[in-house]
Amino acid sequence: MTKVLVVDDSNSIRDMVSFTLKSAGYQTVEAKDGLDGLSKAKSSNFDLVISDVNMPNMDGISLCTELRKLGDFKFTPILMLTTESSTDMKMRGKSAGATGWLVKPFNPEKLLATIKRVVK
Amino acid sequence: MNIQEMAQDIPAEGEHAIEGVDFITSGDQYLTFLLAQEQYAVDILCVEEIRSWEQPTKIPNAPSYIKGVINMRGIIVPIVDLRLKFSIGQASYLETTVVIVLTYQSEESTRTIGFVVDAVSDVLNVDNTDIKPAPAFGGCVGQQYIDGLINSEQKVVTILNVNHLQKVEKHSLHS
Amino acid sequence: MSIDLSQFIPSFLEESFEGLELMESGLLDLQRGDNETIHSIFRAAHSIKGGAGTFGFDNVTEFTHLVETLLDEMRDGRREVSSKDTEILLDSVDCMRLLIEAARDDEEYDQDKVEQTSKRLAETLGDEQTSADESRSKTDVEANNVCGYTINFIPEHSLAKTGNDPIFLFSALAELGQLTLSADTQDLPALKDIDAQELYLSWQLTLYTEADEAEIIEIFEWVEDECLLELVPIKAPSTTSANTSSTESPSSPSSTLTNNEQQTEPDSSQKSTQDIEQPPKAELVIDSTAEDNNITSKTKTKTKTKDKGKAEVGSIRVGVDKVDSLINLVGELVITQSMLSELGNDFEMEKVERLTSGLEQLLQNTKELQESVMRIRMLPISFAFNRFPRLVHDLAIKTGKEMELVIKGEQTELDKTVMEQIGDPLVHLVRNAADHGIELGDVRVANGKPRKGTISLDAYHQGGNIVIEINDDGAGINRETVLAKAVEKGLIEANAILTDSQVYDLLFEPGFSTAAEVTDISGRGVGMDVVKRNIQSLGGRIQVKSTLGKGSSFKVHLPLTLAILDGQLVKVGTETYIIPLIAIVESLQIDNKLINRVSGDMVLYRLRDDNVPILPIYQLFNLATECTEIDKALLVVVEADGQKIGLMVDDLLAQQQVVIKSLKDNYQQVAGISGATILGDGSVAMILDIPGIIHMALEQAQQAQRVKTDGNSSVTAEVCL
Repeated sequence: MTKVLVVDDSNSIRDMVSFTLKSAGYQTVEAKDGLDGLSKAKSSNFDLVISDVNMPNMDGISLCTELRKLGDFKFTPILMLTTESSTDMKMRGKSAGATGWLVKPFNPEKLLATIKRVVK
Repeated sequence: MNIQEMAQDIPAEGEHAIEGVDFITSGDQYLTFLLAQEQYAVDILCVEEIRSWEQPTKIPNAPSYIKGVINMRGIIVPIVDLRLKFSIGQASYLETTVVIVLTYQSEESTRTIGFVVDAVSDVLNVDNTDIKPAPAFGGCVGQQYIDGLINSEQKVVTILNVNHLQKVEKHSLHS
Repeated sequence: MSIDLSQFIPSFLEESFEGLELMESGLLDLQRGDNETIHSIFRAAHSIKGGAGTFGFDNVTEFTHLVETLLDEMRDGRREVSSKDTEILLDSVDCMRLLIEAARDDEEYDQDKVEQTSKRLAETLGDEQTSADESRSKTDVEANNVCGYTINFIPEHSLAKTGNDPIFLFSALAELGQLTLSADTQDLPALKDIDAQELYLSWQLTLYTEADEAEIIEIFEWVEDECLLELVPIKAPSTTSANTSSTESPSSPSSTLTNNEQQTEPDSSQKSTQDIEQPPKAELVIDSTAEDNNITSKTKTKTKTKDKGKAEVGSIRVGVDKVDSLINLVGELVITQSMLSELGNDFEMEKVERLTSGLEQLLQNTKELQESVMRIRMLPISFAFNRFPRLVHDLAIKTGKEMELVIKGEQTELDKTVMEQIGDPLVHLVRNAADHGIELGDVRVANGKPRKGTISLDAYHQGGNIVIEINDDGAGINRETVLAKAVEKGLIEANAILTDSQVYDLLFEPGFSTAAEVTDISGRGVGMDVVKRNIQSLGGRIQVKSTLGKGSSFKVHLPLTLAILDGQLVKVGTETYIIPLIAIVESLQIDNKLINRVSGDMVLYRLRDDNVPILPIYQLFNLATECTEIDKALLVVVEADGQKIGLMVDDLLAQQQVVIKSLKDNYQQVAGISGATILGDGSVAMILDIPGIIHMALEQAQQAQRVKTDGNSSVTAEVCL
């Protein structure tokens, strides 16, 4: 089963993403910020990471940089959830090793359609 | 006596009927009880429990027909003596005296109140078309409490409106 | 796929309100160059915006976008933090709250305020904003006779390192129409030179589709910087069928589709052609989008109806540690229970010791469980206090006075229900302190005080209660002014002699207001009498102290929780009643010599300097008891509203904690009774409502007075009660 790590400091968004993925048959693990996400990533393998950008403790960009340093996450798709669709943000994500980004707001359908671009 | 047990005794459709009792599971069922010699009935779906009489805790300055409150599994339930309320017969408390606890769920709240009666008698199956309106005169029971009358063998059973029974308990106290 | 988003809305709302509070307190503390605070404010706004967009609160998103932009400029250092901007942001927080509340309750909001604020925001942001608006429509609708594209996709060798895999991109493309592709392997190095982490292939794809260029580019969005991408439109041959399709354009996808299908065959002349997937029909794509719209609109309406039902339930966020401790305790309870039931299976007298210890353990477990459950309802009082910095900030601006707020003891925990109900009375007391207490700066300086006034809020535990103090270093309460006003209002006789505390109590009389004119700050139609009533209905009391010229202090005593109280069990006739310990001053054996009868049958008991009226409970509640002789009874002296009264009871029983149950659920409020509880033996006992009883006694006395002194003038009434 495809296993997804969902990192967001907002409960509602995290729940929504996780619920959507679960109902589409994905397995999910939730983390409440970058630091939490990193420690969960270290303890398990994931096929996809979806992370918010703006978070306390550790933001999504740093999380991405840290994950790419881990052997297991070298090729794992990492998608950033962002409301900032500016190129600046995208470049920062890219240079940190992010695979792609999802621009908020998005609906469950869009989410599922989009992640098909990186996982089964 | 537990209403759950009573309900279990009622056979499902197709099963054999208990001897002497005619069950029609598709019709409405009413629990009948006695106030003095008169037969009354309430919708069985409202019946939460049937308990034996126990001395309740008095509510200060309450009308005499409100006997007080009891503890029913952690819920505080007021006890109304229907005989006093309707001025029917004597309000004596014997071993056969029972309390029928009724729960009525209205849109805004759920209310549970116990009613003291002389005895519980039967479960009655009633087709809605058999319920006749009560004559509009006389009697100590106010019209608003009565849903209708049904004939059961030689007797007449008065069907009481649970919602009204409970509502009026609430308002009559402000006097 | 339809997913009901409305289930996440309550948690989004809760989060948003928390976020707004965070923004507000952050803004109030905001200093220049305080990056961490700006970041956290920005994050809060950002989360609200993201959530609002996702859950369909578009007006919130729109408004918050402006706020976010302003905050972003501050965050990046493009804009200095000025007090003017902070004010606008504070107002914006109000507007966001307004919008979110309106969304929650599905109600109208103050559009003027929102519009004004968003105008101010836009002005502050200047022209930048207008240009910053994203131009969505990158590509115009292409010429209609394009029926597909040839795509040259040459990824960089490092593409895989971003986590992208071309195969998924191709299957996404295949969803748009019919896709054929051929791989170009010419870059592939000799086997020994291959780096497994690199990508050496490139592809040429042919896609027959209804989709426009933008949709295709969107699929490659994440890799566009790591690849060379070329899109060449394939023109549909100018057959008649193509022409009809162009004129009918979007409304008839099927005709174009057939067109596409016909086209597919001749074009598949590539070297190593491989069909990725049977492409889904274009029709389907369109259908599904239509469905999408349906779903979103459906969820919207659902949300509204659902929310209404949920609004009253209320939720509580509990720390995981508290839940864990509960689970542990329940575990222990289960162990004790199984131990006891095993013991009961074949019980012999020599096992009685083990039974006793088992029961003790059960008692311990139950007690700990009770405490843990209660702790779940306890929240730090900062939840109630955190609105005050903003309030005082606004009050300072409105009154033109300089003042600051000092908050202490904000970690003191209090029951959630008490907290919710104490908020408004506290707001009133703080307003009062700011409006009537603190003087104007010049006056303060003239009186030798610092120019800036101080209002302090303090909370601490005392016994089983929580005490909240509202202090100010303002002018204090002028005894003479209060007295004059009370006389003018007819509350007291002109020559009445009152103690200080009696004078202060006058402040809480209905209709009493000392302000020379009613300002819009404290004179909102809610008087101090309401404050007092609210506090009393929570089972609490309020004390006032004041020194003229130095300041005033209001102390609010509240029970820690509404669910449990410490009570004294007393017996009257056959009934057991519970008197809240908080109200009891003392209990005593009646000494006959100290009983005085005045004005007929009013019985007073001399308690040191006080004369306490004696109130027999059996009389008040119409109970039969043998114990009607005053000198045989016990007296429990209780106090409420600064009034002491002696309750005459037959006997004192144990003191114990009782769980308060409402009588209102199945019955109704009963005068003199605040609730009921279940005692150890399973019977029900009534809990006495002391302020209520004093009120009842007062009414009874006044009635008796009226009957008796019909025609006579009497002055004893005020003395008694």
